[in-house]
Amino acid sequence: MSSYAVFIISAYLAVFMILGGLTLASLRARSKMRHALAERGLERRR
Amino acid sequence: MHRFANPARFRRLSQRVQPGLSLATLLSLGIGLWLALLQSPPDYQQGETVRIMYVHVPMAWLAMAGYALLAALSAALLVWRHPLAALMARAAAPVGACYALICLLTGSLWGRPMWGTYWVWDARLTSMLLLCFLYLGHIALSRAYDNAERGDRAAAILALIGVINLPIIKFSVDWWNTLHQPASVTRLDGPAVDAAILLPLLWMAGGFLLLFILLVLVRTETEMDRRRLEIADQIA
Repeated sequence: MSSYAVFIISAYLAVFMILGGLTLASLRARSKMRHALAERGLERRR
Repeated sequence: MHRFANPARFRRLSQRVQPGLSLATLLSLGIGLWLALLQSPPDYQQGETVRIMYVHVPMAWLAMAGYALLAALSAALLVWRHPLAALMARAAAPVGACYALICLLTGSLWGRPMWGTYWVWDARLTSMLLLCFLYLGHIALSRAYDNAERGDRAAAILALIGVINLPIIKFSVDWWNTLHQPASVTRLDGPAVDAAILLPLLWMAGGFLLLFILLVLVRTETEMDRRRLEIADQIA
């Protein structure tokens, strides 16, 4: 790409890691909370 | 607006739009990345480093738009005391904080080759850092009380005070001498960048906007379930 490739790759890597991590954490938290509700018989009918 | 503030209706609507929203997010970011990394030309002054702009600028726009949303939700909470506004604000703050953090990180990585330094304490960078701290303050304050409602109200007041920072970020490059370049897209007389650069930028911004909405919807559902669980624990 150029001698600046390290900066460009690092920038896209930071985006991928932070947003990927946030997305995974958000989905896992929702799933965990749904399980906790289901365990107590409070799950919502869909 | 009040129609969708009903939690059950909100959840139904949210779950109905999520599959389509996920697909649109992936599609938009896919096209955006293809255009940004493979199709757009290098800038005549900044060379290949202009590709950092395709993530940096949308993150700046959306971190600011996210804070405006946080402030609107905070106003709705304080005026109408609507619990969904509080839950959505709790959901939106970490997403906005991540966008602001990415904006700072990518800006820093762009600054090193262009300015010769990762960081300068100029008005634009400092006010953006303050925005990141305001998000973190909202997250901390909303979770600092045993009584969730008190935490939500305290965080809402902070969010409303912090709104003053948004015009400071936007106009800092006009009001003060800064190392940061002035606005080249969101100008009253139209964008000053070529279509070959503007198009990938708009695709990336669209993709990140859809991701922002998707994450806020998913996290709002989680907050609704968490609040339900807390209430069940209190009753038990």
